[in-house]
Amino acid sequence: MRRLRFSPVASRFCGCIALALLLIGSFRVETARAELRIDITRGQVEPIPIAIAPFTGSDVGTSDVGRDIADVVSADLERSGLFRPISRGAFIQQPETIEEAGPRFADWRAINAQALVSGSVERQPDGRLQAKFRLWDVFAEQQMTGLAYFTQPANWRRVAHIIADAIYKRITGEDGYFDSRIVYVSESGPAQRRVKRLAIMDQDGANHQYLTDGSYLVLTPRFSPTLQEITYLSYDQGAPRVHVLNIDTKQREVLGQFPGMTFAPRFAPDGQSVIMSMSRDGNSDIYSMDLRTRALRRLTNHPGIDTSPSYSPDGSQIVFNSDRGGSQQLYVMNANGGDVRRISYGDGRYATPVWSPRGDLIAFTKLLQGRFAIGVMRPDGSGERILSESYHEEGPTWAPNGRVLMFFRQTPSDSRGTSRSGLYSVDVTGSNLREVPTPAGASDPAWSPLSP
Amino acid sequence: MRLRSLWLVGGILLLSACGSVPEEGGAASSATYPGSQTSGIEQQQNDRGVSTAVGVAQPGTQEDLVANIGDRVYFGFDRHDLSPEARQKVEEWAQWLQQYPSLSVTIEGHADERGTREYNLALGERRAISVRDYLSALGVPPSRMRTISYGKERPAVLGSNEDAWAQNRRAVLVVD
Repeated sequence: MRRLRFSPVASRFCGCIALALLLIGSFRVETARAELRIDITRGQVEPIPIAIAPFTGSDVGTSDVGRDIADVVSADLERSGLFRPISRGAFIQQPETIEEAGPRFADWRAINAQALVSGSVERQPDGRLQAKFRLWDVFAEQQMTGLAYFTQPANWRRVAHIIADAIYKRITGEDGYFDSRIVYVSESGPAQRRVKRLAIMDQDGANHQYLTDGSYLVLTPRFSPTLQEITYLSYDQGAPRVHVLNIDTKQREVLGQFPGMTFAPRFAPDGQSVIMSMSRDGNSDIYSMDLRTRALRRLTNHPGIDTSPSYSPDGSQIVFNSDRGGSQQLYVMNANGGDVRRISYGDGRYATPVWSPRGDLIAFTKLLQGRFAIGVMRPDGSGERILSESYHEEGPTWAPNGRVLMFFRQTPSDSRGTSRSGLYSVDVTGSNLREVPTPAGASDPAWSPLSP
Repeated sequence: MRLRSLWLVGGILLLSACGSVPEEGGAASSATYPGSQTSGIEQQQNDRGVSTAVGVAQPGTQEDLVANIGDRVYFGFDRHDLSPEARQKVEEWAQWLQQYPSLSVTIEGHADERGTREYNLALGERRAISVRDYLSALGVPPSRMRTISYGKERPAVLGSNEDAWAQNRRAVLVVD
């Protein structure tokens, strides 16, 4: 299903989703007992049993959409590891009667639901759909939130993700991340002649599409924080150079013609410039390029390998990795290149630092005793925690809420020389490690900001 | 002090890695690639998939280079300096290139799989530049040479073992 939101018309329309959002009044308000809430900073919390009723519809078409929306909401919440959706076969109260008369809370307590989601889908005279949902606290017997959205029928999946985000936010107090996408490198063929293509999909794997045809090597895509653009490394002109690709128009362009390799690109938080490494006579240093003027600014000047730069979310600082001290370690500098200080001091080598969108943590790849790990540390280098470890894993990327990371993992070659590469996600607490299904092998994931 | 001991460890690693670096030169048979038996991979091709027809190579071609000199040099783990064996090979390349002054070449730099992608791109670039700079010092005009790094993206040999890694840490001379 093609998304319509990328054309100018669709963009305006998408604005309508938010504009038409209505707060729905409660059926009843009662004195509150302790409110249903998950503290996601603690890690390994017991998932909350939640009943997600199929959204009711006024005809066959809207009933089908209603069931599909409930399925997507349920899958989003389940994958977060914070919720355990209850099988619909166990439901006692019929969904239609919730919409008419409110929940019979005793029926939902009887099946151990702590939270209940109900909703409806109605077709509007102009052809749009109105999707409404309510989140209920079963033990307090009260509505926690209720919202309505208007959308074109083709956009129903996005509405489902927005509803899942609203439920996540109401119960955890944190912004959700379900209405977002992943760009990554799809891999196929033998390792010596691996075919790599840029691919993009919703964070739940839906709406998968390829952005390049595999006729040239592509690596390390990253989203613009502000536009439907991706910066990545491409060999399409024979030599490895940083490119920018517009997701809607598929237009791509090389960022500057330099004698040396340009690589490791990443957008600045304002989307106005790209930071990257450039090699001159074998020495890699970090540069930033203004995307409007194409002016290039050198930020490091050191004979060591300086690469994998990433801005802090306020744009004031840059974390990068360098072997200037003898082995790969993480360094932070001011955005103008000044005041360089090393932050990683543990055993092993550190690489691919990425600043959290919340600003509180830096994720990294760690190489220790022949194995690879994904971890996080505070921007001053303290509080290092390893979240995942295996033969080879690399390249963490943050969910827009800064609570979940995605990375890729590669198995060692088997006796026939075959190794498999795939995407994984893990909570920032180190719990809820999950494989992210992709049609073929996968590496270099990058999470988008929340969709506009 | 801390740095010194790190370098010492690096030196030991380099030595042991060198011990397992395959013997270079000679005919381009599977003996050029000792890992091919264990990995079960047919190694009668160079990185560009050009078949090496032993004995019928036209002088001044990639086939000639592969068959009579060898088209690659190897590096220690996380190193880009040329070992004595690698220097000798590059010297042979320089002589060969003097024989065919119209040839231009690309020097490919490669890394093994045990590093992160972006760092390995930089490392591969350093390896290619090491070869280019030595060829240049030996009199090959820089205008005849270009370099490209593939990082860990194009291994010569499949396998997650020391032997495969040693063969993948390489620079390859490719006739344009």
